[in-house]
Order: sequence, then C-alpha cells, then structure tokens
Amino acid sequence: MAIRERMSGNEAMAVAMKQINPDVVAAFPITPSTEVPQYFSNFVADGVVDTEFVAVESEHSAMSACVGAQAAGGRAMTATSANGLALMWEILYIAACSRLPIVMACVNRTLSGPLNIHNDHSDSMGARDSGWVQLYSENNQEAYDNMLMANRIGEHPDVMLPVMVCQDGFITSHAIENIELVEDDKVKAFVGEYNPKDYLLNKANPISVGPLDLQAHCFEHKRQQAEAMKNAKKVILEVSEEFAKMTGRKYGLFEEYKTEDAEVAVVILNSTAGTAKYVIDQYRAEGKKIGLIKPRVFRPFPVDELTAALSKFKAVAVMDKADSFNDAGGPLFTEVTSAMFAKGVFGPKVINYIYGLGGRDVRSTDIEVVFNELLKIAETGTVESVYNYLGVRE
Amino acid sequence: MATVFKRPHALIDVPLHYCPGCTHGIVHRLIAEVIDELGIEGKTVGISPVGCTYNNYDYFNCDMVQAAHGRAPAVGTGVKRVNPDNIVFTYQGDGDLAAIGTAEIVHAATRGENITTIFVNNAIYGMTSGQMAPTTLMNQVTTTSPYGRKPEIHGFPIKVCEMLSTLDGAVFVERVSTHDIKNIMSAKKAIKKAFQVQMANKGFAIVEVLSACPTNWGLNPLEALKWIQDNMVPFYPLGNFKGKDLEV
Repeated sequence: MAIRERMSGNEAMAVAMKQINPDVVAAFPITPSTEVPQYFSNFVADGVVDTEFVAVESEHSAMSACVGAQAAGGRAMTATSANGLALMWEILYIAACSRLPIVMACVNRTLSGPLNIHNDHSDSMGARDSGWVQLYSENNQEAYDNMLMANRIGEHPDVMLPVMVCQDGFITSHAIENIELVEDDKVKAFVGEYNPKDYLLNKANPISVGPLDLQAHCFEHKRQQAEAMKNAKKVILEVSEEFAKMTGRKYGLFEEYKTEDAEVAVVILNSTAGTAKYVIDQYRAEGKKIGLIKPRVFRPFPVDELTAALSKFKAVAVMDKADSFNDAGGPLFTEVTSAMFAKGVFGPKVINYIYGLGGRDVRSTDIEVVFNELLKIAETGTVESVYNYLGVRE
Repeated sequence: MATVFKRPHALIDVPLHYCPGCTHGIVHRLIAEVIDELGIEGKTVGISPVGCTYNNYDYFNCDMVQAAHGRAPAVGTGVKRVNPDNIVFTYQGDGDLAAIGTAEIVHAATRGENITTIFVNNAIYGMTSGQMAPTTLMNQVTTTSPYGRKPEIHGFPIKVCEMLSTLDGAVFVERVSTHDIKNIMSAKKAIKKAFQVQMANKGFAIVEVLSACPTNWGLNPLEALKWIQDNMVPFYPLGNFKGKDLEV
C-alpha cells in the first residue's frame, strides 16, 4: 500500500533522496532549498541511509564533489537554489559533458540581483543550456515523483546526463500538502543499482575523466552529448510509463488540462499551473473553452509533441517566470515560438507574459487577465502586444 | 545637562531586525561609534554580506554595496582601488567569510588590501536557521550535525585569525568577544584600531568578534553570552595576533 502523508515539497524531495540512498550528498545551505540537505543530514545522522554527507563550503565545491563522486562510480546528489546554482555554473557544464548522471533538487528562486529569496525561474532557466535534463514540478507530489524517476532517466546508457528536478521555492517547497509516498522496497527496486560502464580505478579499464579535448574530438563529443539529450525524451517516457504502472500516477513530457475542445491555452511551468487550473474550471463553468499546457520536461525540449499540441488552439499565451532581457520574450516563449516556426505551426496567435518575478504573487485574477486577452485575440484575430508583463507596476 | 549617552550618528535610528539576544546590534554600534569618533562618516563605504546582516545598509549611515555571498573583500578591494581615500570596511559572518568566501578573504589579506574586515563569528549559519558552519565547535549540535560536530564526519573548525595572521599582507589581526562589558570595550578598541590601520595606509586589518546566536543555539540571551565565554573563548582565544604595536 502506498503511504499517505503530508509534507512540504522540500521534505518530499529529501524523503525521495532517503529512499534512493545515494552514495554521496554534497551541499551548502541556501534558501529556500536548505531544508532538503538539512532533512537529509538527519537521515545520515540517524543511520537510515548509507550516504556520505559532505557539508562543503560552497555550491561550487558541492557540484565539484558530486562530479568526483559520480566519476568514482557512485550516485551523487545535491540540492540548491538561485545563486547556489549560479555558483555551480562552471561545474554544471563539466558534469554534463563528462556524462555524469548526478541528480539535483533545484528549488527555484530568483537569481540575484536584486537580492531576493523568493520564487521565479531565473535560476534554472539560466542553466537551461548547461546540458542537464530539466524536469519541472507543480506540487510536492510531482517533485517527489520526479526525484524518484531522475536517476533512472539520467543513468540510462543512452542518456548518461545529469538531471535537475525543479519546484517553486516557498510556494511548494515550504507548503505542506498531502502526498502519496511509494514504499521503500518498491523505490529500491524501481531505482535499482547504479552500475556505470566506466568509472575510476577500474583496473580492467583505466580512464581519465574530463581531459583536455581540442579540435580533433571536442565537436564529436558535443554532438554525442546532444544525441544523449535527444535520447532522453524516449527514456523519460519509458521510465514514466513504468512509474505509472507502479503508482498509478501518469507523467508525460507535458500535462494537458482541459485542452480537448479548447480554443485558447496558456503554457505554464510549475506551481502557477495549479492557479491556472482553478481559473480554467471557473471559466469552463461559464462555457469558455480554455485549457492549459504544463511542460514537465523542458530539457530535452519536446518540439514535436508540444507544437502538435499547440497547433489546435486559436491563441496561446506562454507564461515566463523569468525574463531574457532580450526585447523579444522570455525563455519559454522564445523556445516555444521558434519550435512552432520550425515545425510550420503558424495557426495559433502566440503571446508572451512575464509574470511573478522576484516572488510577486500570481493571483487567479492575474490569470484571468491572460485568458481574457486570449479570448479577445481568438475572437478578433488581432494581437496588440506580443511581449507583455503581468502584475507589475509601471 | 551634559549628554552622557546617545545613539552614534553613523547608526541610523531604526529598529534592528535581529533576534533577541543577538549581538550583531552591539557590533553595529561599536563600528558606528568608531566611525563617529574618527570623523570618517562622509568617506566610509561599507560592504554588506549575505547572511543575517545582509541588510545592514539599512542601519549604517554611510554608502554601502551589497556583495554576493562571500565576495565582500573582493568588492571592497574594487571600491578602495578606485578611491583610495575612502575608508572601506566589510562586515561578514562565518558562513560568508569562513565558508563560501574563504578564497576572497585569504587573497584580500594576501594582497595586503588596505581595507578593514569585521568578522562576526557565531559558530553557526544563522540566516538559514542553524546549520553547521566551518567555525562550529566540536560536539556542537546544529541542524546538520544533530548529534554534535564529529571530526570523522564533519572535520574540524577553522581558526580564522590564526590562519590569516600567517599572511604577510595582513598587518592587524585581533579576536575579541561580545559576552560582557569588559570584552565589548576591548572589542571597540580593536575595531577602532583596525580602522586607524587603514587610515594610516598600513594594509589589511581584521577583527574577529565572537558573537551570540541564541535562536539557533537554543539558548536564552544570557545563557548564550555564557556559552561564548565557556565554549567559544577556550577554543577561539581572545587577543591580538598581529599588529598590536603598529603605530597608527
């Protein structure tokens, strides 16, 4: 029987890590992810995991220690947010290109500056091209489930890439909600042993990890890395299907909410999708045909599936909780629209809203503004403004 | 009537946000008194850290720059190099200075940057609610060392003054405490001298201030002061490590 519990998103991630029982966890506290390694250090102190816990002096060292641990053939995990992730930046790329399937709990927080501890997605969005698989989570349940699947995805021989599981700082990391946990033995069987093909000090196959790689081979290695990210899509779906058989909880590349007959839709990551679902239910009661697409997998970017799903709408608003400061649109918007262009999907009118920066509260009435605009666009066929800001004083 | 006590001008008249019994307020006041006494308010620039005192720019009546976590000595270096007539001080905790910013403080000291660092050591990460710091004492209970700091798991505490006093660029190094009036008076003398060292262009000066964190130590304010005396002082001996006789 699955275990009914109630806990915060941070505790849920820490419990997932306990059940996975990795070889090494190296972390440095940073709000709002601090609780993840803190809960975990208690599991270590109580002897309920076999993990080496290293309270390193910075995130740069946390990720470096994870690289070393994973290169040595172990399973390494960490947790961070915002500036912690930024301090890991150099090593994020090295972990990915060294094909070390480290798993990170990324509790999304505004990247300085200005200095701010609250939620937006500027941290993980900044790391979007570092070569990590990125999974996003609407609530504590999804954060937990994504953590349980992360090792299986990253460690697949066709992938061998690090995985970042994201959830919204404070909004879901600190909110206590109901959750259904998987039994320890089932998690153990599902996650399995990590037996990498190559690791340090294997006498039969001595290797160097991360050596100098110049013009002769570097490009080929980058190409392999790109192929691995491409492969990750299939693996994510396979692992998710297996997870669904175990738990009954189905995950795809993205979730579609009430899109079947929808004329307009919003595309939203993480917790705000929950607010949008509430608004959709309200509007649907009034007969308005609106829906939601909630990407779960941002890396790899599900170009074919997402553009096919979006093609049926008259108008779409892509919501970004991060700005690109490019006078063109937020990161999710530019990726979605460039994918649509490349796939010849020209039907829907697509607009962008930057919302919730620095933890600005996003209310259902804010989402109503977006749907009202989309319904107007669907009716008139006219877009007044493509690149918009929601809920900001100006 | 003679004024016997007043708020230093360099300390803005606003309520501090610190927990009851936290000694950051005392350290702030000492710095402000020194700024007043040396008449340097108009040319002093402070560098704020990340940690409980991230917003001390709301309290000091001088221009301040917010540094990223641990980078205050590097930011301070930049400010000072552009305008050597400014008096530049960094205010940093043990998470900021002795963990994530270890490289910056060591190299600012090594280069002999003519800045002043006030290092508040409370042996714990206060802001993130009580995790083990590099300066956490052996056997000290924190949220990440629930059965006490053990060498085989957590390694050993860093003695910052002892470490930095081995560097030629650090000319004034002193450790003081806030656990009683006598020590607070000594702390003020050390802080004043650390600013005077900079004013005399002598090089890098640091004062480590042993400080209380009742909230995260799980003690009341009085017990916390006694805890400094009974536990921190024996491990982190007070006194001057370098520059005692430096003429300023």
